[in-house]
Amino acid sequence: MKSHPTPMLDQLESGEWPSFVTGIKRLRDTHPDRRIRETTNDLLGQLEYSYETRKGYWKGGTVSVFGYGGGIIPRFSSVGDLFPQSKEFHTLRVQPPAGNYYTTDILRQLANSWEKWGSGLVTFHGQTGNIMFIGANTKNTQHFFNEINEYGFDLGGAGPCVRTAQSCVGSGRCEQSCTNEHEIHRRLVNNFLDEMHRPALPYKFKFKVSGCPNDCMNAIERADFAVIGTWRDDMQVDQTEVKQYLSDKGRQYIIDHVISRCPTHALSLTDENRLEVENADCVRCMHCLNVMPKALSPGKDRGVSLLIGGKRTLKIGDRFGTMMIPFMKLENESDYEKLVALAEETIDFFAENALEHERIGEMIERIGLVNFIEALSIDVDPNMIVHPRENSYVRTDQWEEEAQKWFEHHPNDDPSADVA
Amino acid sequence: MANAERRVPIESGCPDGIQYMHPVMRENFGHWRYHEDPRPGVLRHVAHSGDEIWTVRAGTQRILDLFTLRKLCEIGDQFADGYIRFTIRSNIEFMLSDGDRVAALVEALESNGFVVGGTRNSVAAISHTQGWLHCDIPATDASGVVKSMMDQLVDEFRQWNMPNRVHITTSCCQINCGGQGDIAINIQHTKPPKIDHTQVANVCERPSVVARCPVAAIRPAMVNGKPSLEVDERKCVCCGACYPPCPPMQINDPEHSKLAVWVGGNHSNARARPTFQKLVAAGIPNNPPRWPEATAIVKRILKAYQTHAKDWERINDWVERIGWPRFFELTGLPFTKFHIDNWRGQQKSLNASTHLRF
Ligand code: HEM
Ligand code: SF4
Ligand code: SF4
Ligand code: SF4
Ligand code: SF4
Repeated sequence: MKSHPTPMLDQLESGEWPSFVTGIKRLRDTHPDRRIRETTNDLLGQLEYSYETRKGYWKGGTVSVFGYGGGIIPRFSSVGDLFPQSKEFHTLRVQPPAGNYYTTDILRQLANSWEKWGSGLVTFHGQTGNIMFIGANTKNTQHFFNEINEYGFDLGGAGPCVRTAQSCVGSGRCEQSCTNEHEIHRRLVNNFLDEMHRPALPYKFKFKVSGCPNDCMNAIERADFAVIGTWRDDMQVDQTEVKQYLSDKGRQYIIDHVISRCPTHALSLTDENRLEVENADCVRCMHCLNVMPKALSPGKDRGVSLLIGGKRTLKIGDRFGTMMIPFMKLENESDYEKLVALAEETIDFFAENALEHERIGEMIERIGLVNFIEALSIDVDPNMIVHPRENSYVRTDQWEEEAQKWFEHHPNDDPSADVA
Repeated sequence: MANAERRVPIESGCPDGIQYMHPVMRENFGHWRYHEDPRPGVLRHVAHSGDEIWTVRAGTQRILDLFTLRKLCEIGDQFADGYIRFTIRSNIEFMLSDGDRVAALVEALESNGFVVGGTRNSVAAISHTQGWLHCDIPATDASGVVKSMMDQLVDEFRQWNMPNRVHITTSCCQINCGGQGDIAINIQHTKPPKIDHTQVANVCERPSVVARCPVAAIRPAMVNGKPSLEVDERKCVCCGACYPPCPPMQINDPEHSKLAVWVGGNHSNARARPTFQKLVAAGIPNNPPRWPEATAIVKRILKAYQTHAKDWERINDWVERIGWPRFFELTGLPFTKFHIDNWRGQQKSLNASTHLRF
């Protein structure tokens, strides 16, 4: 086998950061399996050709495994005559374990299967959250899937369907975690496998789970259905540790970097060096907990918030998810059932009402948040908004009934109850 | 083999991660008390029980070949009880219950060409998408841009030189799979699609192409007696959304697809509400294999941020405090009419006040 020259790619082998080019060349030059050597050679040839001409040469198509409609990104080369050994180079999207935990044993097992059927290139993980096994031909795609599926791995989503989810390291290691991310992740996704494997929604639908408002999984921006841990009682403060931070960092540092950075001015430092928290003002932004993890912890009454409708640019622009359920307990079986039921209703409503290629956030923007929450029987909550409406074109002829509904749910707020 | 191909799948979905979790993490699940950062790339988490778990984080090339993956497994077996996880930026993390082995693990990783770091106020590994290696619409490569840029930023990955963490992302088209970043380097097409009218009738689903355009610039048309499409070029925003359903609408252009840099995307709720990234530079040449012009701009922004931001300020917090006039001044980047939004909701980004900065 004659290697394609790769003068431009060769330049990506210098420098300290690990080089993907060196890795691919190692497969090309030293892998015992001729199929892998030839495939990676032609892959490098095509990539070099892209570097020279500044154009991509992959086309989509249709490839799936028996029984599923999605989960594979088909790639056929449009310069396959020049690079025949990599002209079919499909990616299998495989769902990782919740939290992206692995043992070296299971990684080796996956590696062995991929060696048998694929190119030898893999990514942990694509931005969508899947393990991406990059580069199988059409026939081997089925064999590889069969093999890994037997020992517990399944394809994720591609196309207009429920997609692979992501969850943070969370309870496994993180002191900020307010919930069981893994349990939420698996309950949600595994309830919608039919919607994942047989794409039939208007467009993609993503779940992501972060254990606290730091949102390491970027759920608020990149998930149609974001579950983010939070608490509703008082933050826990260890005053001894506060004093320790004060003596380590100095009073001025704590004032400048903790007290005055609180977005809602909920913190103060007393003359006796106690950190006081006005919990009614705290918006659970996480800043002070991040700076002083030993001294400050989330409260004990923990649960999750749900935000719906985050997405990136196409088609009408970027959106963050909108707060739908500010607080939901997730402790027992029936709490989890409620969460899953709400996800089901959300997806059903999306499937029935979204236009083709419209994400749920865009649909909500088109029909209005109020129509959406009424359809799902979600109660209005002032946490859903940054401020009430500014434009005056609104019909308010059902005001009395709506006000009544509010007081039914919030009897303590009713001024007439006070008088009585 | 026919049998193998008709095998009914086991729809097992997402595997349970607990089975692959280090036993100390399993036993202290949900009961962690605090963490410390003993050195860049190393975390020490302490549980209420007093148990500890040490994590060593290293950057990888993301597109892993099996030799590299097996090398990582070997290191994991030798030093870290065989427990590994990956972060969403494709860093690898090794977990171990005993701090004594950390130094040897760091040494083993570095001597095998991996880079230990990426924690706390470092420049974390760049999260990226597919590019020329695999996607069907990329105007640039992703792995190559990232490799070139990380070579230049490797010391910032290894050290804690920044006021707060810096997340960089790249996307090889405006669809922007790479997501929000403190700094995002994305391809920006600058010319409307070139239409191959001989192909449109054969391969495009024309109603769905028309529906896909965000500015309704596409109309059905007859060209040379064949059904095709036409684009109102004054309306077109060069987003490329018409290309996937209609490949004859070629959007990628070796010369006119340029890189653009955006800053201030932050999805965390810490301090301010989450923010989207904002355009700061465009028209940057798409210049493989090293993309030096884009890297120079990123470095210039990082330098200004490092010099002028306060501890704990992310780039968005910093710009919020100093204001955009000063951002452009400190980075030496030109401010142009293209920085002024003209999309729906534009009013939100205009200054309807006399709050000024000189
Ligand atoms: C034919 C068209 C498209 C292809 C082939 C494609 C391909 C991909 C691929 C391969 C990834 C994973 C990237 C990686 O991690 O390496 C991805 C992720 C992503 N794509 Fe696309 N994409 C397409 C269209 C779109 C569109 C139209 C959007 C519209 C908003 C979009 C938004 C995203 C987002 C946000 C992610 C990251 C998702 C996450 O973080 O969960 N993509 N896409
Ligand atoms: S989102 Fe919160 S709980 Fe999850 S890893 Fe990040 S800081 Fe920890
Ligand atoms: S979590 Fe945020 S809002 Fe709450 S007290 Fe701390 S800094 Fe203030
Ligand atoms: S950013 Fe664009 S080109 Fe890159 S992987 Fe995503 S869809 Fe493909
Ligand atoms: S590039 Fe975008 S704006 Fe231009 S015609 Fe295509 S879809 Fe419309």
